[in-house]
Amino acid sequence: MKKSGKAGGILADAALLLYFAFSLAPVVFIVALSLKSNADQTSTYLRFAPTFANYRTVLGLGAGDSPYLRFFVASLICAVGAVLVSLVIGIPAAYAAARHRFRGSESLLFTLLSFRFAPELVVIIPLGVLYQQLGLYDSYVGMIWVLQLVTMPLVVWILRSFFTDLPAELEQAALLDGYSRRQAFVRIVLPLVRPGVAAVCLLAFIFAWNNFIFPFTLTSSHAQTVTVSSLAFLGGNQVRFNLVAAGAVMAVLPPLVLALFIQRYLVRGLSFGAVKA
Amino acid sequence: MTATPRWRRRLRPYLLAAPAVLLCVGILYPFFVGVAYTVYNFSDANREPSFVGLNNFADILGSDALWHSARVTVSFAVAATAAETVLGVGVALLLHRSSLLGRLLERLLIVPLMVAPIIAAIMWKLILLPEVGWVRPILSAVGVHGYRGTDGAGAAFFWSVVVDAWLYTPFVAILALAGLRSLPNSPFEAAAVDGANWWLTFRRLTLPMLWPYVLVAVIFRFMDCLKVFDIIYGLTAGGPGDATTTLQISAYLEAITYARYSRGMTFMLILWVVVYAISFVLVRYLGRVQNRAAGISAGPSAGAQAGAPAGAAAGAEAG
Repeated sequence: MKKSGKAGGILADAALLLYFAFSLAPVVFIVALSLKSNADQTSTYLRFAPTFANYRTVLGLGAGDSPYLRFFVASLICAVGAVLVSLVIGIPAAYAAARHRFRGSESLLFTLLSFRFAPELVVIIPLGVLYQQLGLYDSYVGMIWVLQLVTMPLVVWILRSFFTDLPAELEQAALLDGYSRRQAFVRIVLPLVRPGVAAVCLLAFIFAWNNFIFPFTLTSSHAQTVTVSSLAFLGGNQVRFNLVAAGAVMAVLPPLVLALFIQRYLVRGLSFGAVKA
Repeated sequence: MTATPRWRRRLRPYLLAAPAVLLCVGILYPFFVGVAYTVYNFSDANREPSFVGLNNFADILGSDALWHSARVTVSFAVAATAAETVLGVGVALLLHRSSLLGRLLERLLIVPLMVAPIIAAIMWKLILLPEVGWVRPILSAVGVHGYRGTDGAGAAFFWSVVVDAWLYTPFVAILALAGLRSLPNSPFEAAAVDGANWWLTFRRLTLPMLWPYVLVAVIFRFMDCLKVFDIIYGLTAGGPGDATTTLQISAYLEAITYARYSRGMTFMLILWVVVYAISFVLVRYLGRVQNRAAGISAGPSAGAQAGAPAGAAAGAEAG
């Protein structure tokens, strides 16, 4: 699009390389560290004999027991649960907000948006006390319930922008063809926004998976997630840096892999539909 | 369609939205319980709280701790948002040139963004450790010695900003790049015909037209930075001393570590009110900017208007 000479192009490429070196070096570092043996872990060089021993230890495959796998499963249960619940509740709400201007629709949307910007501790402090009384502390149900705060606004805001993009005439045509409202929604509307729903699912999963403060304050062992346990690895009197690194790599892998599938929808997702792409 | 009675049609949106409304109410309940805490002296040591009126607010607003954390929080938010905006827009402009290298690297742009903030903090903690990390050898290679990780107050703050910038520059870049790609071509062609140089084009055309898009990113980042927790907690835990103790860290220490629920909640409520007020002002400004942008690009060429003002701004404007 822009033509500003060969020298400008080389300069731009150099600047890009510099940024991406900054951006990717920490990832290369952590992967390298996770593959180092105990003897190599304090050497800063990239020349070493890679070993998967740390991953085996973290997963509890070798000698000794590791709770990491349990935390991993807990993360999966909590994140998937939160996504499912917010889809079931969020899809109708998003559709209602896109198709009808009803009393309170804007305040509902704004309340949901404010969840995104409110500091989490505002609800964690009373929830912690409440959870202790209700027996929800350190439970999957309790975790899924608070992770809603993270996933629901995402689902409603993004899907609303997908629903708004669909012409209402499509449904009217379906109704004229004898479909009921529900049939029109399930057979016509939903299939058309399916890519959007898929993208929202993955994005919501990533947000729920990456959350730290809710599981950190509202779980102790049973429902503890990988983000919390990764931090615990750093504690203790004998820090094994290579183990910490292996745990971190595994905690990053699921969101990173999923992100590859939703790259197209990332802009709309990250900005809650405020910038369409 | 005609078979449906009118009252059912009127009721439909409410029924569809009801579960979400219930969810909001379900969250507002603990929120109001928490607000009620602020007028009691509820703590782990004091399980039968008594009414203390606005004493908690008076205490906290009069304490140095609050103003110190507020200063740290705002400095952090301004520094991090500024760094991410400049870097992010820069990267977007570079990628928009679409060289072969740019196209290859663009796919890797989102990598940091998918790393959980707490994991990012852990990764950087390891990188910054003088014993294992890469920062010390890199610094000594360029002649900087005496590096001590995040030990000093200034260093702790600086590295917190760096980690936040590492994590979220892609966020700004992705939004800015989407904005750049949806800008109409003709003004730039006209500028090229007129012989405008790169800098003039950038200042008079690219930046003003891009601003509505960048603003969304700036607002999201600034709001998030005001409530920063994971990165600071993982990297420095608020230290050394209270050098990086932001408002959320203060509230966490009060409410969770010392189990003084009322004081922690009062801290949080003050932050929440401030964040809410700022977000209200910023979102209104965003709405105005986006409306103006829509006004400019409306008209005969409205078909090219891929990035109409939408979503968050319009909704929040009414709230």
